[in-house]
Amino acid sequence: MTELCDLTGSALSAKLASGAVSAVEIVGSSLDRIEAVDDDLHAFLTPTPQLARERAEELDVYRASGAPLSPVAGVPIALKDVLATNGIRTTCGSRILEGYVPPYDCTAWTRLSGDGAVLVGKTNCDEFAMGSSNENSAYGPVHNPWDLSRVPGGSSGGSAAAVAAGAAVWALGTDTGGSVRQPASLCGVVGLKPTYGLISRYGLIAFASSLDTVGTFTRSVRDAATLLSVLGGNDPRDATSLDGEPQDYAAGLDRGVAGMRVGVVAEAFGQGVEPGVAASVRAAIDRLERLGASVGEAHLPHAEYALSAYYLIAPSEASSNLARYDGVRYGFRAPGEHADSVEMMFATRGQGFGPEVKRRIMLGTYALSAGYYEAYYGQAQKVRTLIIRDYAAAFDAFDVLVSPTSPTTAFPIGAKADDPMAMYLNDIFTIPANLAGVPAISVPCGVDDAGLPVGLQLTAPVLGERTLLRAASAFEADLGLEFRPPLLAA
Amino acid sequence: MPVEIDIEHVARLARIDLTDEEEATLRAQLGVILEHAARVGEVAAADIPPTSYAVPRANVFREDEPEPSLPVEEALRNAPERDGDRFKVPRIAETTA
Repeated sequence: MTELCDLTGSALSAKLASGAVSAVEIVGSSLDRIEAVDDDLHAFLTPTPQLARERAEELDVYRASGAPLSPVAGVPIALKDVLATNGIRTTCGSRILEGYVPPYDCTAWTRLSGDGAVLVGKTNCDEFAMGSSNENSAYGPVHNPWDLSRVPGGSSGGSAAAVAAGAAVWALGTDTGGSVRQPASLCGVVGLKPTYGLISRYGLIAFASSLDTVGTFTRSVRDAATLLSVLGGNDPRDATSLDGEPQDYAAGLDRGVAGMRVGVVAEAFGQGVEPGVAASVRAAIDRLERLGASVGEAHLPHAEYALSAYYLIAPSEASSNLARYDGVRYGFRAPGEHADSVEMMFATRGQGFGPEVKRRIMLGTYALSAGYYEAYYGQAQKVRTLIIRDYAAAFDAFDVLVSPTSPTTAFPIGAKADDPMAMYLNDIFTIPANLAGVPAISVPCGVDDAGLPVGLQLTAPVLGERTLLRAASAFEADLGLEFRPPLLAA
Repeated sequence: MPVEIDIEHVARLARIDLTDEEEATLRAQLGVILEHAARVGEVAAADIPPTSYAVPRANVFREDEPEPSLPVEEALRNAPERDGDRFKVPRIAETTA
């Protein structure tokens, strides 16, 4: 049965504005759903039901005064647990931040909260956003609502699963190499990674600063546009934040794709792409063509080196960013007596970080160490230049590029856990956009033979969000997919 | 060929205690990952400039306006150990007799 929490944010916002429902009813629906499904999903690390109810009551009082409401007001939203929330535990899925309660809000939440969005909880994720399956959370994995024995993708797996299951109407995640788009694809929801710097990173606990991007999970492209309209725009607290005021990304969303030049990334249909994924994405491309887009073949000749570059750049930046976890100012400190502070730091980091985080810190430390810097990090940064040039050339000929989001649908929990290289290959189609800073979105385009969702990735040039969202919206509207995970069938 | 790494040296640089088992696993895994990653050297020619930020910005300044700083209690709230208004840590220097 469809409850309020199964509706889109724009539908809820309209009901709220007309007085058909109250914020308390909407938020109650979402909280009931969390209660009903989260024992199975484990999407939340810290649900915030009491705060949510109080917030909804305040909003209803405000609404009764007749004051105009933002389109995000009263919409239940979940935040990935790498986004700092004042007074609410923020763990990054790590033991090393187990009891950490930030004294400040990230800018993304400050903006949403200021407009009346209602936080229903902090979501589970791979430790420090490092992973593609959510199996690297120190607090246990998230289960995919489409098949509980399978992963939801990662690293924002909790956010993706929560939105797919109606436990939140919207969620924020972060995307450093695909951590919004890949779980969106595997959970059958819309995942948007905007242009690097469009949404402030202030209060996003850093993994790889030159790649980290706040992104959104929604059940419609319009909702993604609505959220971006509130989240975007310059923030003086983030020196990498781009200039410009917030814009209305929902305007012109329905203008269609007639005449739009769509480039199919030829390199993204090679080895490793499951037949069910390829078939679904090919059908999606045919659909775009029927809708009036002119479709051609695009090339990103250096994309095959993107994974190599990423696994040098991201760990290098992580090894530096994660140096701050030393057991001194916040978070976990190894118990027992320590001969000196340095010994305490070694023990704290050895006990506080999980295997994947250690692997990446070690990888980055090595890549930046004396004698190896030029061969690894230096070369990887040159590959980054080549990938940016590839996109520039492709966008001379095309308005948007399309490919599968992920080479596979959701895989069983444990299937790739012991093979880091196999796990890293999940992000092979998403990583290039992070290296080039360009916006990309994953929209559901069908299911494979096993009934698991497939995602179509669209990519646009830097600050090409309007074109990106317009193409995604036209596709979504024509496909008219009304699908719900089997978890909710009962 | 997997890359050979002095894993103990890297762990010292990273300030992480690793068990013998972790060292063995990481030595093997990092060797394979780096073998793959080293492919960046195949295409990165000398005349290609490096990119550190894809959407670069330079000289980002804000107005120099004083703002209240975090209250001491707030700053210390998450401290593993404190002593009055200070973070307390194990000794950081050799004591002289």
